[in-house]
Amino acid sequence: MLRRFELHRATSVDEAIALRRDLGDGAAVYAGGTEILMTMKMGIARWPHLIDVKPIPELHGITVSGGMLRIGAAVAHWDLERDPAVARAIPAFAELERNVANVRVRAAGTLGGNLAFAEPHADPPAFLIALDARVVLSGSEGTRRLAVSDLITGMYTTTLGADEILVSIEIPIPAADARAAYVKFQILERPSVGVAIAGTVRDGRFRGAPAVVVGAVDEVPRRVPTAALDGARADDAAAADALAEAARGAVDPVADLAGAADYKRHLVGVFAKRALAALVAEAA
Amino acid sequence: MPQRTMAVALNGSKREVAVADHTLLSEMIRGLGLLGTKVSCDMQVCGACTVLLDGRPVSSCTTLAIEAEGRSVDTIEGLADGPRLHPLQTAFLEKAAFQCGFCTPGMIMAAKALLAERPSPDEAAVKHWMDGNICRCTGYETIVEAVLDAARATRP
Ligand SMILES: Cc1cc2nc3c(=O)[nH]c(=O)nc-3n(C[C@@H](O)[C@@H](O)[C@H](O)COP(=O)(O)OP(=O)(O)OC[C@H]3O[C@@H](n4cnc5c(N)ncnc54)[C@H](O)[C@@H]3O)c2cc1C
Ligand code: FES
Ligand code: FES
Repeated sequence: MLRRFELHRATSVDEAIALRRDLGDGAAVYAGGTEILMTMKMGIARWPHLIDVKPIPELHGITVSGGMLRIGAAVAHWDLERDPAVARAIPAFAELERNVANVRVRAAGTLGGNLAFAEPHADPPAFLIALDARVVLSGSEGTRRLAVSDLITGMYTTTLGADEILVSIEIPIPAADARAAYVKFQILERPSVGVAIAGTVRDGRFRGAPAVVVGAVDEVPRRVPTAALDGARADDAAAADALAEAARGAVDPVADLAGAADYKRHLVGVFAKRALAALVAEAA
Repeated sequence: MPQRTMAVALNGSKREVAVADHTLLSEMIRGLGLLGTKVSCDMQVCGACTVLLDGRPVSSCTTLAIEAEGRSVDTIEGLADGPRLHPLQTAFLEKAAFQCGFCTPGMIMAAKALLAERPSPDEAAVKHWMDGNICRCTGYETIVEAVLDAARATRP
């Protein structure tokens, strides 16, 4: 059962912005509803107005141009999982999407909703940060681009302005010989630990330092310092151990139903190594 | 209560249904007397409430009814053709893939969406697709077998 509210269907970005401005604190943006309807059912939030952004054409579509994969904010996980352009451009992202939540949440839940909600136990944020993805935000003041790492600043906290709408997500497509991977561990509905990695392995060595980002354990995704991997041999066990150590040191795990802090820290080390192994296997 | 009247293709027949903005799809469906759709966890975890919205499986417990405007909604009641059961229903019966039966309508609707997209799934594909449908009774083995049986029975 939901308490009474009024649903407003915005058909353009400008209309959504105007609705946010006019309805102020009484309104929330609504996309797939997989998170916001839950907060309303549980009585955590009460919104007399919901602004449906799904009818806005700019929030849809998946396109590739200029080395960039552009995804409309209202595109559902279901579509990302199946889209041939995503699978071609960034196969690891298609694979990540295939393993988000369950089939029904994927059918309804959107990528924009995932980022805007900033629930820490999420898969896409760590991966998008590892690939230096950006979000496009529009509000009364105009349109701005922001790194995903500058959008998500805390648990359920973002820098999205009071009248702003998340319009799209832009992911730079990795260079031809670069690879990406995402590995996760989960015992409940959402990930306990996720590790994203992106980088290049050529002739058995890391070329440049790979980007490694740990998601789900801490309040926000954390970048792991990886400079030591630049030039290291791909099969160097000591380098992998050093990465695990660096990853454990980069996070301050939040204890919850998925596990105690020290247990999660241990998992971070294990999964950082698995992410590294997955990247090396991809590059082979 | 503000009501909207919307057109829905419910189990293949066009209908006009009155809903409020905050009406949930499960409430609309059950309110129309279609009680096969169950609500259990009420939080998108168990799948007992699974129905198909334009062919996609959704949790009707956490979907606004208004989302169905101008679209198709398929529930377990629409599966059998008169007395002729759907191959999934037959397979669930033959494999005894349920005990209390509370999860079954959701299981079958989820499986229907799978077979529509992948007529010949392997066991891993069935398990991946169905991992958000929870059964308290059976232990899943017979459910997976029933879906694979139905896939074989439907193939030309
Ligand atoms: C059972 C279950 C399991 C899950 N498992 C996972 C998992 O394994 N991995 C994972 O990553 N996630 C998981 N999730 C989270 C899942 O809800 C999100 O991934 C989903 O994509 C949220 O999108 P939505 O469109 O439904 O958001 P909504 O509920 O519609 O919105 C969420 C928030 O974002 C805001 N918002 C939405 N769109 C915009 C926009 N365009 N501009 C501005 N603000 C906006 C809303 O105001 C709201 O605050 C799970 C959820 C459930 C219920
Ligand atoms: S009742 Fe809807 S998923 Fe459990
Ligand atoms: S048969 Fe009882 S819950 Fe599945």
